Amino acid sequence: MKDGDSVVAGGCLFSRTPLALVREILRQRRTGLTLCRNLMCTEGELMMAAGAVERVVTAWMSIGLPWGVSKVMRHYVESGTVALEEWSHLAFGLRFRAAGMGVPFLPALTMLGSGLMSVGGMKTLEDPYTGRTLAAVPALFPDVALLHVSRADRFGNCQIDGYPHMDADMARAATTVLVTTEELVTEEEIRRRPDRTVIPGFLVDALVLQPFGAYPHEVWGRYHADFEHFAEYTADIDARGVTMAVADYLARYVHAPATWDEYLELFGGERLKRAQDAARELVPGA
Amino acid sequence: MSTTPSELLAVMGSRELKDDTTVFAGVGVPLLAAALAQQRHAPKLTMVIEGGIIGPQIKPGRLPISTNEMRAAHRAQMLPGITDTFLFAQRGFLDYGFMGGAQIDQHGNINTSVVGGDYWKPKVRLPGTGGANDIASLCKEVIILTAHEKRRFVQKVDFVTSPAWLDGDGSRERAGLLFGGVSRVVTTLGILGFDPEHKRMRLDAVHPGVTVEQVRENTGFELLLASQVATTTPPTDDELTMLRALDPERRFLGGEGGNPSRVPPPKR
Repeated sequence: MKDGDSVVAGGCLFSRTPLALVREILRQRRTGLTLCRNLMCTEGELMMAAGAVERVVTAWMSIGLPWGVSKVMRHYVESGTVALEEWSHLAFGLRFRAAGMGVPFLPALTMLGSGLMSVGGMKTLEDPYTGRTLAAVPALFPDVALLHVSRADRFGNCQIDGYPHMDADMARAATTVLVTTEELVTEEEIRRRPDRTVIPGFLVDALVLQPFGAYPHEVWGRYHADFEHFAEYTADIDARGVTMAVADYLARYVHAPATWDEYLELFGGERLKRAQDAARELVPGA
Repeated sequence: MSTTPSELLAVMGSRELKDDTTVFAGVGVPLLAAALAQQRHAPKLTMVIEGGIIGPQIKPGRLPISTNEMRAAHRAQMLPGITDTFLFAQRGFLDYGFMGGAQIDQHGNINTSVVGGDYWKPKVRLPGTGGANDIASLCKEVIILTAHEKRRFVQKVDFVTSPAWLDGDGSRERAGLLFGGVSRVVTTLGILGFDPEHKRMRLDAVHPGVTVEQVRENTGFELLLASQVATTTPPTDDELTMLRALDPERRFLGGEGGNPSRVPPPKR
């Protein structure tokens, strides 16, 4: 990672977010980044508050219905400090699909006629066969993709349980692909179920084993999101304002613990166990 | 039984859905409306959720708060990924799309992006489109479910996040949107449609106890009236009992003036 890079984070909202990788970027105090993510959550808020990003490319940003419109987003975007470049959810996905296919754009029927067209500078195209108007959704080739997967082998062959989100397209689109995995399995185990592999090892530049690497966000069948933690975080923002609350959060959860395992100790084993039990109840047999 | 605004929207929304169809539904009231329809008159309705979910079922008391968390996929038939889920709509497989919106104009266009000021430095930054723009562009029929308030129903939205009929008079088709468009706006006061020619919003029905005058007072533009403004059938006890059983903690159905942006998080 370099200052000024464009970075895409996999998962979606508070699902399979590569938070261990995001935390490391914040620890390295990178600046001038463009962060791309289809639905942005707390990782986007932390990147904004830390001064790491100057632009975000997204379809939607906040934590989720119960926590209302993101005050952090409002603070940084309304002041003009961070630019929020908005694309429709499908168009966002097609930007990575196009890049993953190695083509400069994909024709589509979405976003046409809306105010979003001029925000990201999307152009239209005349269908050479029928003469109709099409959206020409531009490919997005990010410098770096940050992904968190269910399991991988030491060659970087990755499998994802549950929602695939857009990770496979993002891995194809990015120049450099950094992956954390909940579980490191043998080559044999991958070969036993090759139908489950969604990212081949030759796409992956670096792989790190990091259980609970998305916590307090969720990973399918493994652990539930920590809604109480979101509530504590947003309550502090409500009480003390964005700047002070998020600065303290960054000090406590990003800069103080030396490792991700030390970070997890701030939550404690009992809380992590509860999150695991909740996930097993929601996705039996995962 | 007396009803909350969210219950009224969910029941009226559910009645719009026919059996053996597909519906793109967001979390909250739209999902409850679809689930209610499925239980009552549309057993072969397939729900589709933006997080990449085909055919989920709703587990009472386990309603999802986001479109892509584990509980949204309860007993789903397929998890195709987000991009491919929207592509089913682009191919024309989605009969209905349910939507909400912060601001809606006389042609049904919706704004969930920015209010006031410049796009890049707005007075109020809202969360954004998510999949709303795609649902509005690509579903064959779009139904809006919303509270009916003057500040929401404006002459012209500050920003067109999700296109309905754009400026009317064929402008949707000219922009390249081949099909779809908003057919119905179901509100806390009544049900609205659009005049076929200019696609301006028209009051078709009021809920029992609501007057046409009241709807006009709560609308920030000149409203067309159907030649005969009907009165809707109020939610039946049967509908309300089934609906309430889906949300026993009343996280989405709320109380009087229940506000979907103030949904308490679920207990695990």
